[in-house]
Amino acid sequence: MKQYVNQPVRKLDAMALVTGKPVYTNDLASMDCLIVKVLRSPHAHALIEDINTQAAEKVPGIVCIGTYKDVPHKRFTMAGQTAPEMSPYDRLILDKRVRYVGDAVAIVAGETEQAVDTALKRIKVKYQVLEAVLDPHEAKDGSILVHPEEDWEAKVPVGGDNKRNLCASGTEESGNVEEVLASCPHVIDAVYTTKANQQAMMEPFSTYCYKDYFGRLCVVDSTQIPFHVRRILGTALDIPSSKIRVIKPRIGGGFGAKQTLVSEVYPAWVTWKTGRPSKMIYSRYESQICSTPRHAMEIRVRMGADENGIVRAIDLYTLSNTGAYGEHGPTTVGLSGHKSIALYRHLDAYRFSYDVVYTNRMSAGAYRGYGATQGIFAVECAADELAHQMGMDPLRIRELNMPLQGQPLHAYGDVDIAESCTMDKCLARAKEMIGWNEKYPRKDMGNGKVRGIGAAMAMQGSSIARVDVGSANLKLNEDASYTLNIGCADMGTGCDTILAQMAADCLGTPLENIVVFGVDTDISPYDSGSYASATTYTTGNAVVRACEAMSEAIRRLGAEMLEVDFEATFFDGAYVTSGSQKISLEEIALKGCCGNCRELNVTRTFSSQISPPPFMVGIAEVEVDTETGSVEVLDYAAVVDCGTPVNPNLARVQTEGGIAQGIGMALFEEIRYNDKGQMLNNSFMQYKIPSRMDIGRVRVEFAPSYEPSGPFGAKSIGELVIDTPCPAIANAIYNAVGIRIRELPITPEKIAMGILEKKRKSR
Amino acid sequence: MLKIKNYVKVKSLEEAYELLQKRGSCILGGMLWLKMSDRRVSVAIDLCELGLDGIYETEEEYQIGCMTSLHELEKNESLNSYTQGALRESLRHIVGVQFRNCATVGGSIYGRYGFSDVLTVFMGMNTEIELYHAGRIALEEFAKGGFQKDILVRVIVKKCPLKMVYLSQRNTKTDFPVLTCCASLIDKTPRTVIGARPYRAAIMEDTQGIMKSFICMNERERLEAAESFSEYVSEHVHTDSNLRGSAQYRSHLAGILTGRAWRQIGGMADEN
Amino acid sequence: MRTEFILNGKKVQAEIEPDILLLDLLRRLGCLSVKRGCETANCGLCTVLMEDKPVLSCSILAARAEGKRIVTMEGMQREAEEFGAFLSDEGAEQCGFCNPGFIMNVFAMLKELDDPSDEEIKEYLAGNLCRCSGFVGQSRSIRKFLSYKKDKEAGI
Repeated sequence: MKQYVNQPVRKLDAMALVTGKPVYTNDLASMDCLIVKVLRSPHAHALIEDINTQAAEKVPGIVCIGTYKDVPHKRFTMAGQTAPEMSPYDRLILDKRVRYVGDAVAIVAGETEQAVDTALKRIKVKYQVLEAVLDPHEAKDGSILVHPEEDWEAKVPVGGDNKRNLCASGTEESGNVEEVLASCPHVIDAVYTTKANQQAMMEPFSTYCYKDYFGRLCVVDSTQIPFHVRRILGTALDIPSSKIRVIKPRIGGGFGAKQTLVSEVYPAWVTWKTGRPSKMIYSRYESQICSTPRHAMEIRVRMGADENGIVRAIDLYTLSNTGAYGEHGPTTVGLSGHKSIALYRHLDAYRFSYDVVYTNRMSAGAYRGYGATQGIFAVECAADELAHQMGMDPLRIRELNMPLQGQPLHAYGDVDIAESCTMDKCLARAKEMIGWNEKYPRKDMGNGKVRGIGAAMAMQGSSIARVDVGSANLKLNEDASYTLNIGCADMGTGCDTILAQMAADCLGTPLENIVVFGVDTDISPYDSGSYASATTYTTGNAVVRACEAMSEAIRRLGAEMLEVDFEATFFDGAYVTSGSQKISLEEIALKGCCGNCRELNVTRTFSSQISPPPFMVGIAEVEVDTETGSVEVLDYAAVVDCGTPVNPNLARVQTEGGIAQGIGMALFEEIRYNDKGQMLNNSFMQYKIPSRMDIGRVRVEFAPSYEPSGPFGAKSIGELVIDTPCPAIANAIYNAVGIRIRELPITPEKIAMGILEKKRKSR
Repeated sequence: MLKIKNYVKVKSLEEAYELLQKRGSCILGGMLWLKMSDRRVSVAIDLCELGLDGIYETEEEYQIGCMTSLHELEKNESLNSYTQGALRESLRHIVGVQFRNCATVGGSIYGRYGFSDVLTVFMGMNTEIELYHAGRIALEEFAKGGFQKDILVRVIVKKCPLKMVYLSQRNTKTDFPVLTCCASLIDKTPRTVIGARPYRAAIMEDTQGIMKSFICMNERERLEAAESFSEYVSEHVHTDSNLRGSAQYRSHLAGILTGRAWRQIGGMADEN
Repeated sequence: MRTEFILNGKKVQAEIEPDILLLDLLRRLGCLSVKRGCETANCGLCTVLMEDKPVLSCSILAARAEGKRIVTMEGMQREAEEFGAFLSDEGAEQCGFCNPGFIMNVFAMLKELDDPSDEEIKEYLAGNLCRCSGFVGQSRSIRKFLSYKKDKEAGI
């Protein structure tokens, strides 16, 4: 029998995508949709004193306009998380107080875009402009409150306090960090800064709504979280969620951006109120200025080692800026410590403390890596600084301290020891691929250009332990094909395909014999959604279990038909056999639809007690122009332990794509504001993501471990792969030119000015 | 959003100029910039049927029709051999081929954009522009600004012995430049143009005559001249800060790129 | 105003507003492969062929297409399948949203450049952004497609 797992199977939806078929939200929206747009605040902080929509309502073609007076006054969060959400309930669909430039002020729906644009200009708003808090350092216990309202509510205690501008705060520790650090002969104490970045998926936020024949609200949505959208819309509109159906078509990328509601509430409100179909397709401008970028963080790392290079203590403090609203604020910050401190296995003590503050900037959200990217940048740079202080090769300090299979993962929390881990193999292979021993630390090319190499380790999780739920429903059809119905959201990464690969192997059937369906909240089994690197691991486990149950159901019916004892039967995918008797799957499937009382339809749900981390090592070779400061990433060697790569092609492309995003974050991506809180790089003209000219050679290999708790030994890969470029490139630049840049992005200007400054000092 | 009330494909330049006198009218170039503006245009005047989309070469000059796309310029073998590839180098970083198939040389130059690679590179040559109403003007004069609404009909490059090098610094490969630099020997006369300062391209006057007799210098003297002129440029160029870089960094870059360009022209280095 | 042009080999007539962009007209005419990823002519998702040249349909007035030959992916289904097979065999089609614009520009490149080098390919396609793949798999697919074409021409 042909095996599919660990094979480079083509994605099931590939041909529709490469031939440009109309499979995305805006392609599916009916022609008679009302166009929905939102009037946005020009102020970073203001109260709406008066809002007059009369002139706007008179514009021909305008169907409905909503202001804060027209929406339910019940706070909620837009974060796509399992309820009760860790993110505070700090939002209304429209609020009297606007909290950042771009915050929603009014909803306008009309027959044509032109009518809506005209109406938007005719809404008269009188603002009481308030002083804004833009600097995260001034937020905590400052005099300006972003959320002074009495009905702000934390559903889960996470150390937040709206009267202190705190979305969350806390400390986790083990051992006495101060004592251990004091006893370390080598200590690094440095502050690293990461910036907000846009996920910049190619398909902007898009939602299309209509009412069905039962008067229910149907939402076709470009989302990673169909079931959370269903619940959150119910809360936001103050209607039972049973009135809402969410359908996820093909999605043009997400990277976490679509793990939060962004465009959904506005057309949902319009269609619910008017009964008419409506759509909201964000422009790139809106996708840039009012969405859910990465949390900017400032991370202080104190890291101490003994004379042999054994890292004995890490003290990490993160100040995270969640912006105007708290979506994913309390949770992203956790990963900045949990996923970075755990990279060092010999710790006698660690401390991780954090504050997540509100400011009058765009609300942050979930972006691939989810805090781990920020924390790993800090810790993996600090490790290099520590190695340099000791005169040790930076790879050596990692070889001495890295996570090993069967060894502890301090601070991680979601597994005690690494059950599956080939970080040692990843490092050894990446070292060999790049030619570390020949190239470290630098090579002067003699023309003003210097090459350097730098490395970083990373780890992530595979699902949120004890929270995420994945489900698979499997039915045997009359024609002996199977339908695999899942609730996780394929957003282009290929989970529909890899889950079908697993099912095909489990059921011993050709891949073509499996029909995959996802996602429709009316039909699909519950799934928390595609985030937190959960799909392969969590839903994969559900698929494996559903297949086992299906095989059993087939055997039971087969045994009945053969009139033999169930225990004596065996199912090989094509036949149920018992001794010399056998009956084909086709016959059983037919029987299932004729005079049959046995379900050939099973659902299995899975949630994990643990979150086994995938691991990786990335090594960058850069060439720095010592006069202009330009950096070329010449080569990037990455070796990944994601357990069994279920589809090596898709896993490789995930890795290459994650590295490219990481290169953008390392070298030029940064959301910038002016002193009025207006976002400056509000387009792809000003916010540059990497083009293919900005990416050098990228080489990816796998060093598979076997995760005993994973489906077919698999762990996750989606987020991990964005974590190494920032520190690896920062370290490579240091090794090339001796300039340590602790603030992302590492622009040519910072490097050139750093080199000039260094020259000036050495004179 | 751009709103256009009337769209006219004109049959003559005269008709175009007449329409242009109307309030709120404008000539369509490649529309890449215009499309992004929040403007109401009363008459959008399209010159696309006037045969202005070609490059004609005579003994004395190149005549480049205003509707010629940047990609056509980039591919033109004669112009690129004349500029030793500098023209291509100045264009190839601009967004992408599809963009450069849309963008026109007329639109690029008439806009006198601060970030313009196109303006910088043409100022590095002996270039005139032909305006329908105002007639032929040296490009550097036009670049200084202050002309009436007019139609840029052609860009004319006067042939003469030319050596030229174009360099730019960018934060990403297809971004606007942080700084542009075009160095050239136009009939033995040295010229250095610095653009994206972020102000529009301007010729760096060699008030101290550092480069004056560059053509007659020996290699050591050329190296010294390039070095001291690069310092001069760095100190005297008028720069400012924007999203892409600070004034200080731009001034530094102006010096670096000037030095590199002149070393290349002088045949002392080939750094790129 | 009225306009007429050749869309995917067929003459079409349409009543248009003077400021409608070609992208919006094409979608209105059912060519939904043409996508909008930005408003600033930077992403390349809206690439179509006009008189065989790749252009950004987001930046061209529909009125300017009058009398011209416009080709979208709807008019190149067979070619898209042929190249698309190579792209998807790398897993590099990913979310697919950038695929039509990217693939249309690949076709334009193959027409314009003879036996392009890796660097020439990168430069020609630099205006096609993709956030999923990191471009590496796209490059592999083009390389493999080129050698397949070569073999096919050589009759291998």
